[in-house]
Parts: sequence; structure tokens; C-alpha cells
Amino acid sequence: MMGMKVNWTPVSETSLMLYFGDEIDVKQAPLIGEVARRIKAEYQEVCEVTASYTSILVQVHSPRIKLEEFGDGLLDMISRSVIAEKSEGKLIELPVYYHSDVGPDLEMVARSNGLTVAEVIAIHAGRDYTVCAIGFAPGFAFLADVDARIATPRHERPRAKVVTGSVGIADRQTAVYPMDTPGGWQLIGRCPEPLYNPDQVPLSPFGVGDRVRFVPVERADYIERGGHV
Amino acid sequence: MSDFDHTTKGLKVLRTGVRITIQDLGRFGYAGHGLSQGGAMDLQAHCWANRLLNNPVNQPTLEITIGMASFCAECDLMLAITGADMQAELDGEPIGNWRSFAMRRGQILRFKPAEKGMRAYLATKSGFQAAPVLGSCSTVERNRLGTVLREGDVLSAQACDHEAAAHVPAKYVPDYPDAIELRVIESYQAVQFSSDELAKFYQEDYRVTPDSDRMGVRLEGGPITPPSGGVISEGIALGAIQIPPDGQPIILLNDRQTLGGYPKLGVVARVDLPKLCQARPATRIRFAPISIEHARQEWSEFCDYFSI
Repeated sequence: MMGMKVNWTPVSETSLMLYFGDEIDVKQAPLIGEVARRIKAEYQEVCEVTASYTSILVQVHSPRIKLEEFGDGLLDMISRSVIAEKSEGKLIELPVYYHSDVGPDLEMVARSNGLTVAEVIAIHAGRDYTVCAIGFAPGFAFLADVDARIATPRHERPRAKVVTGSVGIADRQTAVYPMDTPGGWQLIGRCPEPLYNPDQVPLSPFGVGDRVRFVPVERADYIERGGHV
Repeated sequence: MSDFDHTTKGLKVLRTGVRITIQDLGRFGYAGHGLSQGGAMDLQAHCWANRLLNNPVNQPTLEITIGMASFCAECDLMLAITGADMQAELDGEPIGNWRSFAMRRGQILRFKPAEKGMRAYLATKSGFQAAPVLGSCSTVERNRLGTVLREGDVLSAQACDHEAAAHVPAKYVPDYPDAIELRVIESYQAVQFSSDELAKFYQEDYRVTPDSDRMGVRLEGGPITPPSGGVISEGIALGAIQIPPDGQPIILLNDRQTLGGYPKLGVVARVDLPKLCQARPATRIRFAPISIEHARQEWSEFCDYFSI
């Protein structure tokens, strides 16, 4: 992988961190995602791989594994791998019903940015996003970059309950809440598709590096797809 | 989360007390989807409970938090209890702790509130018959996986002939004192903390606060100033010591979130986590550094001993 500066550092008895630079670069996400998938697929001694914006936490099963050799081996694998610089993850299209009935902050996001609701929707659905990290809750994908024109800070006080499927904005990130959780993001719509189901494989559609496109749908379509108002 | 077939025979829950969950060694391979590992908080007590019955170490046990739980046997069982001493009684007779015992059909097993420690572990011969999800029976409430027991639930367990009771040798039975030392592998952003702040961290007496749970133990003490500049969200290892802006350390445990953006000083040595997981609110905590090699050696011995 040309031009990629990767290093590793021990974290615990059985885990180490791979760092891919110290600044967030959305274009790097597909590479990090691909490396994470390879580590998981090719190393039997690995029990957990957690990819994020600029890093991958790798945990091995056994403390008998020498992290020094293992970490250097990972760097070697990464340097030898032919991972296309322009590799892109898969494209995931998600329907969204953008309306204040299901997106209680939609009008506020429009107002605070000097836009109409229709403009906010057009801007939010007008570009593809990259999955930069998955966490916070199962299947919760941090998507970047949100257009600066609709970037809006989180609520100062998080809501005690954000309903499953809610589509939110936090600064220049966006996400769909895969389950009911507390949350502070600005809610602008709702996606009717289930994004976390422990009874199916995969558990959630997202992998780091994948692309997500939001497709606006009408109320009737949203309800037909299983959405609730 | 409780979906029992009420025709099965085994151990019936009469009272749950504060909380009873089913746990094993944890659920691995899904952190990339945002799932917490879960698993028995006090791995040492969980492993001993299974060992006393010659069970494989990953058999599910019941994690009984604080106490005040009671059960009725619907068939003859061999059980083992370990962890926090909740003065268990079988039909009113004290049975001790860190040992296996026979429970006959119709007998009642009662736990009082723990006087020391937080969590007791109850194992049955051959294990409770819980259906694994994603390779584990561990309960993680925030991921809606596993089982939080309710009154009337019946844990399916294999009826078995009584065996001689076994007990954990006294020298291996941990005390759960009200002041403990935790050894720390410095990692993550440790080098970004000023040497004064790091020194303060090792000199300070901390106390466990009541808003601690399976996600993490929150401490209270002299605040540590975290390095400025913030951290890009990254994977959180078990036992990571996070220093949020208020300077009060949080040690992240089994049900922790998978990613976090607060500076972290390092991780607590794995072999020291059982005593942390048994630490009640107000327990005094001090930290001491340990080399990663030393910690790895001790954890390796633990894993070998219990065949993990």
C-alpha cells in the first residue's frame, strides 16, 4: 500500500493498535476497512478487530502470542498487500422519510443554517457518505462528510430516547440510529430499514469504508416499507 | 429478553434481587459491528464455579449482583457458588461459599445481601441450557442480547446424581477488601500526559462511585488533567482507563462501548480486573505501574490454569 504510513503500538496483554496517521481523512476509510477485513479473515489468532477513523484495534485470543512479532507481521502484511489506492467499499442505499413528524429537528436545522427544509433534504441526500467508524451502539455507523451548509452541532442535552431509524446530524457527521438509545444528534428524518438484527448475518449492513446514499421517500412509501410515524 | 420454555425442568427463579444475568467468557468477533463483549465481570469467580463442577470454563453461569436472590430446584442438581459472599442458605442451612453442593428437588436456595464484594456466580453441573446468540450466552443489556432473569423463569439444567462437594483451596479464595491496588499497563495516550499528572495518578487515592456498572467503574479523587488536543475516536480495550475533561478516571469494562474519544492512560492488568469488578462503592483504589511483559505473563498463567 503505497504512501500509507502505518505504525503499531501495544495496548494491553493481548491487544495492539494500528495507527494510519493522526488526522481524519475520509478517503482513507476504505483502506482501513479493507485492512481490518483482511486481518479478521486471515489471522486465526485474532478474536476482535475494531476499525475507526485512523486506527484499528486488534485483539488476539491468547497471551502466549508475542505482540512484538505479531505487530511487525501485520505491518509486513499491510506493506505487501495490493490494496488499490482508489478502492471503494460497497454502496448501501437507504430510504429516508424526511419530515418533522419523524425528524423533530428538521425545521431547526433549516432555520439555523438559513435554508428551507427542502434545501436541507436536497443537500443531505445529495452526496454519498463514507462509513468512517462503527460503534456507540450496534450497527451505528459514523458517516462523513456532511455538507458544511447543513452541519449542526449536537443538542447540549441529549434526548433520553431517540427512536430506531432516526437519521441525525452532528457537526459534519451523519448517522442512522439502529436501535432506541439516548442520543444528542439533530434528527431530520427516519429510515424504515432495520440496521441491527442479532439473528441475521451480517448483523448490520455497514463496514468501515462502505458508502451510504440516502434516498428521500414519501410518507406512504416509508410506511409501506415498515416505517412508523 | 426472557423467553423460557416454562415446561423445562431445572432451577426456578423465585426472586431476582437486584439483577441476575447469564454470562460466559464473552462474545467475541463483533466489536466491528459495535457489540460489547459482555461476559462474567469477575472472570476468576466464574472460572472457579465451573472448575468446581469439572465444567468447561465457557459454560454459562448466573451472575448475581448484590444478592437477595432465591431459587427452587425442580430436579436434583449439583451447583457451585463463588464470588461475593451472600451467605447462601439451602432450606435455611448455611452452605458456605467457593464450593459445590448438592441441591435436591424442592429445596430452596437463598442469597442474602453481599457483605463484601458485588457479584456472586452460580454454576450447575453441565451448565445451564441457554441458547447462544452469536457464539455466546453472555448478556449485554445495552445490545439487547442474552437474558436478564425474571421471577418465575426456569433455567433448564441437567438433573444429576450427587457428587462429593468440592471447595476452592483457602489460599485461592480472594478477599474483597475495601482498599485495593490496581496495576496499570501504560499505553494509548499515556506519553501525552504530563509527568506531573502521571505521578499524581499513582499517588492519588480514588474511590469507586455508585454510578458504576457493567460498562465501567467511575472513580472519584484528585482530578488528572488530560492532555489537550483531544483524541480521534478509537477502539477501547477491556480495562482501559479513560480520563474525561473533569479529570475523574473511568475504567471501562465488559459492557463498554467499542469506541471512545477521551484520552486513555493505559489499561488495568487483566488479572487485577476481578477485584475491581467486586469493588463496592467507596472502595479505595490506588494505581501502580506494571510492565506489559509482566502483566502478559500473569494473564498467561491465569489462562493456563483455567484452560482459557
